[in-house]
Amino acid sequence: MGTDLIELDGVEKVFDVRRKTGFLRRERHEVRAVDGISFTVPRGEMVGYIGPNGAGKSTTIKMLTGILTPSGGRLRVAGIDPSRERTRLARRIGVVFGQRTTLWWDLPLIDSYRLMHRMYRIPDARYRENLDRCVELLELGALLDVPVRQLSLGQRMRGDIAAALLHDPEVLYLDEPTIGLDVISKAKVREFLRDLNTQSGTTVLLTTHDLTDIEQLCKRVMVIDHGRLMYDGPLAGLHEVGESERTLIVDLERELPPIEVESRGW
Amino acid sequence: MRAYRLICAMWVRSLMAYRLSFALTAFGNFAVSAFDFAAILLMFSQVDRLGGYSLAEIAFLYGASCTAFGLADLSLGSMGRLGKRVRDGTLDTLLVRPAPVIAQVAADRFGLHRIGRLTQGALVLTYALVILDIDWTVVKVLTLPVMLLSGAGIFGALFVAGAAFQFVARDAAEVQNAFTYGGTTLLQYPPTVFAKELVRGVTFVLPLAFVNWLPALYILGRPYPLDLPVWTAFTPPLVAAGCLALAGLAWRTGLRSYRSTGS
Ligand SMILES: Nc1ncnc2c1ncn2[C@@H]1O[C@H](COP(=O)(O)OP(=O)(O)OP(=O)(O)O)[C@@H](O)[C@H]1O
Ligand SMILES: [Mg+2]
Repeated sequence: MGTDLIELDGVEKVFDVRRKTGFLRRERHEVRAVDGISFTVPRGEMVGYIGPNGAGKSTTIKMLTGILTPSGGRLRVAGIDPSRERTRLARRIGVVFGQRTTLWWDLPLIDSYRLMHRMYRIPDARYRENLDRCVELLELGALLDVPVRQLSLGQRMRGDIAAALLHDPEVLYLDEPTIGLDVISKAKVREFLRDLNTQSGTTVLLTTHDLTDIEQLCKRVMVIDHGRLMYDGPLAGLHEVGESERTLIVDLERELPPIEVESRGW
Repeated sequence: MRAYRLICAMWVRSLMAYRLSFALTAFGNFAVSAFDFAAILLMFSQVDRLGGYSLAEIAFLYGASCTAFGLADLSLGSMGRLGKRVRDGTLDTLLVRPAPVIAQVAADRFGLHRIGRLTQGALVLTYALVILDIDWTVVKVLTLPVMLLSGAGIFGALFVAGAAFQFVARDAAEVQNAFTYGGTTLLQYPPTVFAKELVRGVTFVLPLAFVNWLPALYILGRPYPLDLPVWTAFTPPLVAAGCLALAGLAWRTGLRSYRSTGS
């Protein structure tokens, strides 16, 4: 085992999907969301986990937290089998789902934190210290008494990140933590995560569609597609692999007629 | 249990910020439940006996049923909201916390206003105990609290089982309500007003009769319509334990089938 905090060996997740094809008639088929993935993450590393939509990133994270049980393969986080001992693992990990809050929607932010304090049995001094640090660095001071549902997306995300860190987790999973954030908020979140990783030594697994996140935070990046690991190595190496094809996305301010694109070959 | 307490306390605290609204909803809950009893009172303005039972005796059955149900509803009634969490995938967030999911689901938006129904049941029960002329023995005195707690256990098992089915069936909550709310209304009347088949069904299939009928008829000194031996009046704790064990099994199976959502 050694210093590897996260270990995956041939992990699979197959979803049985039933689709209605007619009145009372249903078609069953399998979706191999994760199709035999193996990797390890040593303690203290910050790794990017990227891939196109539907590649299986979120599914992997759900298996690493114990939300989903793998269909096959072996999985260990801090030596624990997540789906078997989910509650024991929960004390040692932090999770942020960019798409969905783990906070109590109708209650002020501070109520969620207070509950976490008790639920995770965080020593009072630790709790105060962690909360103060998060409030300062993530600029949450003015938001503590606001009900979560009234927070903007970026504010809520910062609130969620703080909530995931109050109990000093050894591993932090971030599933698209910068989704929908403006440039300044993104920069703040990144800076916070970098400090967290270097100062507290928290191991971080990060999924994102913003390559700048990866460039600024992760030395190592893993790429998955169709549930398979396509690349695992330094970010620089990825550019070499990716050289063959490039996508240019242009966001236009208003609708414009299609432009002719002339290809000259690269 | 600890997590359940913590989460409930948080909701109660936030509720107390709106005392008036809490008072209104609690009163509403009380009133809705009181209508059932008003209907019974109305019936007794026309007749002296219902199925051979006096008003005081029926008030006793009513009070026992409502109190047992009220206890279960107060502590587990929130589980009806599980289906929504399963469908939109927000159950994920409960699964990453270091507390049993069932405790978190039961405490989710803990509704203290449901204390209204419990209060109403308890009041009717007290009223019945005051006006009834019962030959109290030690055993009868002990049977009373055991009946209420076991009854709450049986109803609680129905809530848990209903929640378990919400993992697989969209409308499980409605079906469960039919059994829980329907059950408590049924038990407010003596078994003699129902057809034998129905009485058999709620004795041997869905053991609602053990909530109040069997122990209450023993306290009242009345025979049970199916000629069951007297000792069955003391079996509710066992029946409740059995129901809870089965419900727990169903819950585990349901939770294991949870597959989150794609986004
Ligand atoms: N609960 C589920 N039931 C059925 N299929 C699912 C479920 N969750 C995910 N899938 C399928 O598994 C595949 C991987 O999904 P996943 O959410 O892991 O992708 P992702 O890499 O996180 O994508 P994105 O970048 O869009 O978030 C998809 O094809 C998806 O349709
Ligand atoms: Mg995803």
